[in-house]
Amino acid sequence: MSTLVFLEHHGSSIQKGSLGVLSKAVSLDPDTSAVLIGSGVAPLAEQAGRYGAKQVFVADSESLEAPLPQPRVDVISRLVADKGFGNVLFAASVLGTDIAGGVSARLDAGLNWDLNDLAMDGGALVGKRSALGDTIRADVGWSSEPRLGLIRAGSFDPVESGGSASVEEISADLEDFSTKAVMVDQAHEEQTGPSIEDAEILVTGGRGLGSPEAFSLMEDLASALGGAVASTRAVVDSGWYPYPTQVGQTGKVVSPKLYIGCGVSGAIQHKVGMQTSQVIVSINKDPNAPIFDFSDLGVVGDLQTIVPKLTELVKERRGS
Amino acid sequence: MKIAVCVKEVPDPGPNRRIDPGTLRMDRSGDRSLNAYDLNAVEEGIRLRDAAGDGEVVLVSLGASKALDSIRKGLAMGADRAVLVSDEAAVGSDLVATSYVLAKALEAESPDLVLFGQQASDADGAVLWAAVADRLKMPVISQISELEVADGSITAKRQTEFGYDRIRTSLPAVLAVADSLNEPRYPSLKGIMGAKKKPQDVKSLADVGVDAARAGEAGSRTTVISLSPPESRGGNQKIEDDGNAAQQILDFLVERKLV
Repeated sequence: MSTLVFLEHHGSSIQKGSLGVLSKAVSLDPDTSAVLIGSGVAPLAEQAGRYGAKQVFVADSESLEAPLPQPRVDVISRLVADKGFGNVLFAASVLGTDIAGGVSARLDAGLNWDLNDLAMDGGALVGKRSALGDTIRADVGWSSEPRLGLIRAGSFDPVESGGSASVEEISADLEDFSTKAVMVDQAHEEQTGPSIEDAEILVTGGRGLGSPEAFSLMEDLASALGGAVASTRAVVDSGWYPYPTQVGQTGKVVSPKLYIGCGVSGAIQHKVGMQTSQVIVSINKDPNAPIFDFSDLGVVGDLQTIVPKLTELVKERRGS
Repeated sequence: MKIAVCVKEVPDPGPNRRIDPGTLRMDRSGDRSLNAYDLNAVEEGIRLRDAAGDGEVVLVSLGASKALDSIRKGLAMGADRAVLVSDEAAVGSDLVATSYVLAKALEAESPDLVLFGQQASDADGAVLWAAVADRLKMPVISQISELEVADGSITAKRQTEFGYDRIRTSLPAVLAVADSLNEPRYPSLKGIMGAKKKPQDVKSLADVGVDAARAGEAGSRTTVISLSPPESRGGNQKIEDDGNAAQQILDFLVERKLV
């Protein structure tokens, strides 16, 4: 058996999530390689070696500069077909998810997603995931090779093992349709204020707030509790609150002592950014909101009336 | 402009969802509805069709024949017709099989645009569009929060872990939209009444040119080995506000020394 891990990079560093998946793969299969795809990425191969990759394949071309999925599907699919890897693993991200889906179709290879652990059972890879809003855990497998796995963000920590990898350059032959989507303007890291990652108490406003003005309710409650205000992708996309406050897959991963979600539905993209919070309280009008499945206290009701009352009660309590 | 919107019937969210311990598949016998995230894709399809002034919105789905009950909501919102691939041999299809069947059904429609919602609420999957795009050999853009169509090309704004990208592509293309892109309309009474009369084709695998060996469990490459209860997250109390919820939350926080 042999394993390939896709290493996503941003600027001049490999993403921590990808290195975590690499470390886990190496612990299960010593015959683990990695692949780096981009423009000017060759120098990153050394880093991959330090995290245990035996061999690093590098596709380095200007045509691969923009972080778009389809050219990467071309490169990885050809590499996997040529070398016959048994397992191909990706850290979940916007890019990694789209690549994994494409490779699955290209190679007719089974893909299990949202995995939060991997194990070997008699030489066969087994994926672990939870389902139905974490109300059940499933062990999942594959009926043919290659086995594709998409790993939930933050599942594995990178572990340096101090090795060095041999490097092999591979070509970037791209399909016509893979180059039709072009990057017009690539995301840059935005300036951040005080980080929500450091706050012990987070009051999070979601789309259920109904309007950007309602964030003042979040700010009042956060200030009464001595915490900070966080948000969801839906409200950031809508321009209601700034991106640096966003919790979730494409935002920050937080684990405060107390998380209070107001009008937050608990979509999987948000959940992966806050599920390790110590105590989760949620207020939502919709009794079926998924967030109730993983809240310690769920309140079905109107946040517009509950939150101001709660703010007053907290102030009274702390004043006394 | 011809727009295909891929939609899925899912079990209603909430505590009644379960996986059948015998088949290890989702139990789809209870209350069901259209995947809520698909409504944003239907809404965008309708808006794009109306802005273009011509064309149609076709809902394309794979599921049980009774799934038409849920899919009709998209017709009530304003989609023109629905194509449902329904076949006993397709039950239990994983990503490899589902993307193949859907791609075959979509090929028969030759759409200019194929739209998806941001995820399926039952399986938490967000991988189908990329697989379908690869099979259709079309460009794909996902997580779209803003969309502009002009002169046969699409420019989309989308969020990644690093902020916002702007990506352009020619048509035809596959697009997956975020739930922040729009606010799906509620169907009007007239729309609901009219939906029943709109064309709703139920096709077999053979009708869309799919060999049964490439669908269902035979065409799938992943398996569920076993199920187990989750590690408990402790409390999991749920209360309804009877006017006293703020006090109850405060008591809960005080008890845990969080205030």
